[in-house]
Amino acid sequence: MKILVTVKEVAEVEDEFQISGLDVDESYLEYDLNEWDDYAVEEAVQTSEENDDVEVVTVTVGPERSEETIRMALAKGADRAIRVWDDALEGADYLSTEAKAELLAAVAEEEDPDLILSGVQSGDDANGATGVALANKLDMEWAAVVNTLDLDIEGQVAHVHRELEGGIEELTDVQTPAVLTIQSGINEPRYASLRGIRQAQQKPLDVNELGDLGLDESTLESDIERTSMYEPESEGDATLWEGSPEETAGELANFLRDKGVVDG
Amino acid sequence: MTDVLAITEHRRGELRDPSFEVITAGRELADEVGGDLHLGVISGDVDAFAEDLNRDGVDAIHTVDYGEEFNHDVYAQAIPQLFEASSASILLMPNTVNGLDYAPAVADDLDLPLVTDAVGLEGGDVTEIIREQYGGKVEATYDIDSEAFAVTVRPAEWPKAEGDGDAEVAAADVDIDEDAIGSEVTGFEEVGGGDVDITEADVLVSIGRGIEEEENLPLVEELADALGATLSSSRPIVDNGWLPKNRQVGQSGKVVTPDVYIAIGISGAVQHVAGMKGADTIVAINTDPNAPIYDLADYGIVDDLFDVVPELIEEFGGEAPNL
Ligand SMILES: Cc1cc2nc3c(=O)[nH]c(=O)nc-3n(C[C@H](O)[C@H](O)[C@H](O)COP(=O)(O)OP(=O)(O)OC[C@H]3O[C@@H](n4cnc5c(N)ncnc54)[C@H](O)[C@@H]3O)c2cc1C
Repeated sequence: MKILVTVKEVAEVEDEFQISGLDVDESYLEYDLNEWDDYAVEEAVQTSEENDDVEVVTVTVGPERSEETIRMALAKGADRAIRVWDDALEGADYLSTEAKAELLAAVAEEEDPDLILSGVQSGDDANGATGVALANKLDMEWAAVVNTLDLDIEGQVAHVHRELEGGIEELTDVQTPAVLTIQSGINEPRYASLRGIRQAQQKPLDVNELGDLGLDESTLESDIERTSMYEPESEGDATLWEGSPEETAGELANFLRDKGVVDG
Repeated sequence: MTDVLAITEHRRGELRDPSFEVITAGRELADEVGGDLHLGVISGDVDAFAEDLNRDGVDAIHTVDYGEEFNHDVYAQAIPQLFEASSASILLMPNTVNGLDYAPAVADDLDLPLVTDAVGLEGGDVTEIIREQYGGKVEATYDIDSEAFAVTVRPAEWPKAEGDGDAEVAAADVDIDEDAIGSEVTGFEEVGGGDVDITEADVLVSIGRGIEEEENLPLVEELADALGATLSSSRPIVDNGWLPKNRQVGQSGKVVTPDVYIAIGISGAVQHVAGMKGADTIVAINTDPNAPIYDLADYGIVDDLFDVVPELIEEFGGEAPNL
């Protein structure tokens, strides 16, 4: 059995930052494995540990820099990795859900996995749409926002819980092959061990350009264009207490006393 | 004419709030582009739902009487047919957990550009959509250079539609291919019961990822004790297993309405805010002055929680634990 995990390197913005052009200035960004993908990788690796002959392959759309993140997933137990990138992608300033799904679908078609896991959303763009769009392109079944997975490999069914709003979970049976988007909290992602990190250096990491996947630049075309990015004007009118921790804590304490939360 | 089709949502026999919010968002957009607003109601007691949804500004309601509960395979088949039958060119869906379970598939089938989680929509020659990025620290605008497109709208960003409408209600002529249904909803489960009911608390001390380690939790426990408050948290604390699920505030946790909510080391992501924005007074302690929580807070301390919280504990005669 083969599990394909979509893995994204996401950008986090530092506390103080500036925007240049249509994005946060590169110098204020830090990169990391997408939180939700970390859970997806863990779910795949646990499945491979609990069953015989399960191969875990990761796929990433990202520049060379993202290999650090990919190695992290390999260190946690994925067997090999695929990265999709080329000059056309470097030049594209906005990658639509549609384009991403198309790129990932091309890889999935070559790999022919029995199960695809992706994160519910990415921490930076937060579109929350790639997994389901990918499933549709592949004509596979899917389930979004999965926080419990009980896989029946023989019976080709994934028994999942989908986490809905308000503390309610939906119990759903999904025929495999399927794409499941994984919610945080489904498991406890492991830390990469030193041994794992060493081994990850030896694991295969293939880079595919658009042409290798039988695609061309037209895949990247989109009717959606990002036209501005800005810091939203604060809607809030919070009173900010200033001073040393002792002073600010004192202000808050006084406030809580005035409110009658605590006496004395 | 550019008509808008908005899809509604229900669960266990009840329409959910986003159903009425998409009416407001859809009406606004339909007015800007000069078209009608159609609603799609799929599965469940569609006639009763249609009656309730028939509010001011709705022109037509199309019902699909198939199955009881949400099933994405049914929605994914029905919506494209409704879209074509209503000759709409804009498809509006709620950015809910279920919305995200069918919207990308439907947009793909209809070959529509898709933008999710819109917090603002402006029609015109091109439609401009506003959305948040990087955990709410920035906003971005997206132009859609196509008359036809799909968009999901963030819950609770638009007011709920009210007032009686005189929409035409009709059963839609939709075929559902049973063989194409590869998923089956078998039930529901409620989670998060237990000893403490954070929805009952007057004062909540709520902790987020800023606490860094489980070993640091006694610090906020001590503060909650000193204040006679109840301890709650954002999602990562529960995901890590540091607090039980019944302490989680937010979209997938509990909705709380205390007199005072003290958010410590919590950024204020939209899914968290969904659970606590109804608090009477919100106090934030966070090192990041740009954290979205400050948009909501009434009072704030932009500082390190590890410096401020021990001082607070002392203020109330407690003793900060040695971490
Ligand atoms: C479908 C779905 C449902 C979700 N449901 C929920 C939900 O119900 N509830 C929920 O909370 N989340 C939910 N989330 C997750 C949500 O998107 C965020 O990931 C989460 O709320 C972030 O939690 P946080 O604010 O604690 O962490 P972060 O966003 O990491 O913020 C930590 C904050 O702590 C501050 N900080 C760090 N160190 C210090 C320090 N020493 N002193 C002071 N401040 C410090 C930082 O500046 C930052 O603002 C959901 C997500 C999805 C996709």
